[in-house]
Amino acid sequence: MRLLKDGDFIADHWVLADADWRTLPDTADIIVPFKVLLADWKALRARPGRLGVDFANVERAEALKTFIADLDLVAVVFPSFTDGRGFSLARALRRLGFAGELRATGNVLPDQLAFLIQVGFDAVATSPRFAPETWLKAAGAMSLAYQAAPDRRHVWRARHGGEEPWFEQPHAG
Amino acid sequence: MSVLETGSILTGNRLRDGAVVYLDRTGNWTMSIDTAAVALEKAAEAALIRHGEAAVRNNLVTEAYLVAVTRENGTVIPRDRRERIRHTGPTVVYRAGTPLLIAAE
Amino acid sequence: MYRYDEFDARFVADRAAQFRDQAERRLAGELTEDEFKPFRLMNGLYLQLHAYMLRVAIPYGTLSSRQMEKLAEIAERFDRGYGHFTTRQNIQYNWIKLDAAADILDALAEVDMHAIQTSGNCIRNVTTDHWAGAAVNELADPRPVAELLRQWSSLHPEFSFLPRKFKIAVTGAPADRAAVKVHDIGLRLHLNGSGERGWEVIVGGGQGRTPVIGITVRDFLPESELLGYLEAIMRVYNLHGRRDNKYKARIKILVRELGTEEFSRQVEEEYARQARPRAELDARELARIAAYFAPPAFEDLPRVSTTLENARLDNREFARWLKVNTAPHRQPGYAIVNISLKPAGGIPGDATADEMRAVAALARQFSFDELRVSHHQNLVLPHVKQDDLFAVWQALKDAGLATANVGLASDIIACPGLDYCALATARSIPVAQGLSRRFADLDRQQAIGPLRINISGCINACGHHHVGHIGILGLEKKGEEFYQITIGGSSSEDAAIGSIVGPGFAADEVPDAIERIVETYLELRLSPEETFIAAVKRLGSTPFKERLYATAEGR
Repeated sequence: MRLLKDGDFIADHWVLADADWRTLPDTADIIVPFKVLLADWKALRARPGRLGVDFANVERAEALKTFIADLDLVAVVFPSFTDGRGFSLARALRRLGFAGELRATGNVLPDQLAFLIQVGFDAVATSPRFAPETWLKAAGAMSLAYQAAPDRRHVWRARHGGEEPWFEQPHAG
Repeated sequence: MSVLETGSILTGNRLRDGAVVYLDRTGNWTMSIDTAAVALEKAAEAALIRHGEAAVRNNLVTEAYLVAVTRENGTVIPRDRRERIRHTGPTVVYRAGTPLLIAAE
Repeated sequence: MYRYDEFDARFVADRAAQFRDQAERRLAGELTEDEFKPFRLMNGLYLQLHAYMLRVAIPYGTLSSRQMEKLAEIAERFDRGYGHFTTRQNIQYNWIKLDAAADILDALAEVDMHAIQTSGNCIRNVTTDHWAGAAVNELADPRPVAELLRQWSSLHPEFSFLPRKFKIAVTGAPADRAAVKVHDIGLRLHLNGSGERGWEVIVGGGQGRTPVIGITVRDFLPESELLGYLEAIMRVYNLHGRRDNKYKARIKILVRELGTEEFSRQVEEEYARQARPRAELDARELARIAAYFAPPAFEDLPRVSTTLENARLDNREFARWLKVNTAPHRQPGYAIVNISLKPAGGIPGDATADEMRAVAALARQFSFDELRVSHHQNLVLPHVKQDDLFAVWQALKDAGLATANVGLASDIIACPGLDYCALATARSIPVAQGLSRRFADLDRQQAIGPLRINISGCINACGHHHVGHIGILGLEKKGEEFYQITIGGSSSEDAAIGSIVGPGFAADEVPDAIERIVETYLELRLSPEETFIAAVKRLGSTPFKERLYATAEGR
């Protein structure tokens, strides 16, 4: 896996953990499954290290509402690249005010990268099946969008002026 | 005296142009159904399928599957109507003088 | 009609370039077929029985003469010289090569056209009334809203990987020519007492394996709220539509499983969660688009044209064509011309490149350069001066496009069926051809009156047989094709699903069966003014069943 974040490939410092997260150093940045988050919330929250959650695409964004202020990362899982729930989930999470790293994991193709960015993902756990250049090229495949988009790509904004309102921005804050 | 054989052939659509093709006895893909390799028993069918999977992996055809056929006097005919139409083309009769009628001839 | 600005043009150019790259990567093996397929479909490229088929979008069925000429050129350069106009106002080319598809998209982009989202699990072509902007009793032209929806739905990042396809139809007239009640979302325009515009939102209609009429979730949604509300519906569908079973994945299944109340509640809840900054932007864009749909520069003409009256009295053949193929226009002195693509024995909806060019020339000369594609696989010249109708008819006659059967028995709607389609169970075109030959006599067709016959070659119902006055469904039993007949369907504002009359028929028995149904109608109708569908509604299907099977062998 190569982590693509904000348009660059970077090293991934996050560690996938499970119910055994206490065995890891408390300064480690860990990603735990949602059920572990629910079970061990108080203790997880108290750790010095950053906290992320692995979020299945069948969950409702609202289920994370009370946790969002203390979460640094949400990883949304795409079980299949044809399963588009993750896109709506990401949009809903950003709308709830989540301002941390929103990471797409599982099965996504470079050809979906523009969509992922547009709904608010700022990180993608990319499959090594595709060359890094393919991923980098994919981000800019469409220079315009007909819906709210970052980077002033929104056609209607270009036509009528004005910035996307703060709460329409996928990556607010 | 003609012999009526029943067996299977392997077919698919060619990736680059969608043309209906059949695996022939030399391992190549052909539009000519009469030269298709006819598998008369299970082991031969399995070999056809393996060829098909390789062809898909090599991006020659989009998918490959077996079609039940009869062969008599060198003429191969699919038993299923859909596969017969796949081979012969649309059964509809076009109005005289249209480009399609000319193309079909 | 709408004209692309630099942004629209850049968008389709980008998309065409993106597809070229995707196709090259596929051919080089960098993408597997499973990976490529959804992206190929999102550009309208199917793999059918014989070749790839490309479905080009004709947004809300409106195109210019220049665009029609490009479609003709594409038919000749890249296909076998013809195209097929579909029941969703698009055009299909049947003999496309993958390695040429990108060139076709580039050619389309030259005239502001594309094949975006004409297939795949995304929002498809937004269809509308093919008489929009011309029909007499229209409240307002629905096409600005259709164009707004087209843009909003194009490469929507949330809704490009839905559980299944999604079809939206819009109408601005009380008479519904867009079949809004059998779409995933249907929108009907209403005006309130103060003349303000509001949209009735109908959800969960559809045909296919489980035909159903849609439910109304909002009676009068203010226009400024349209996109926000539609997004709420789409989000509920995207998150909760079934993904485990392809045959239960349409929104109509979700609506039925949740029930109307619960489905509405979920939509309203999602809608309430949205912040509302967008209404003003949407309104500005809609106003910008609406300017393109201002009526053309009509001349001030008398309601009745003496030129026309004289021609009518003078030429019986012209008089018949006038009566059957033209319709009144909202502008005095004008008329709507329907062009039949259903010559006797022909293939419904097919047009050669020459025919496309002939129609384009007529549009340029006589119809303010504008053409429409109807849901019945025919074409429309929407704004023709009555004074010009005789000249138009003569030109259509020369081009072989003057069959005076629009809306009558031989104006048959048929899907491509097993002759072309990889999904089909049975052939539909030969059945259509047989019926159209049997009912070719124009006098007889006029005596029968309005009669919609729809033929589908499988239960996916792309021929819309469920809403045909007479529907014919091609099936297979013991290796033989056989055809099930339904009657009483309707796609208009009084939408209804047809009911099966009984056991099916072999292909060569179908014309006789339809004859018997028609004869029953002619015997039992109260008067020639009572149409076939009205008689079926009054009598029910029993008298038709009884006579249809009275002398048939047991099956």
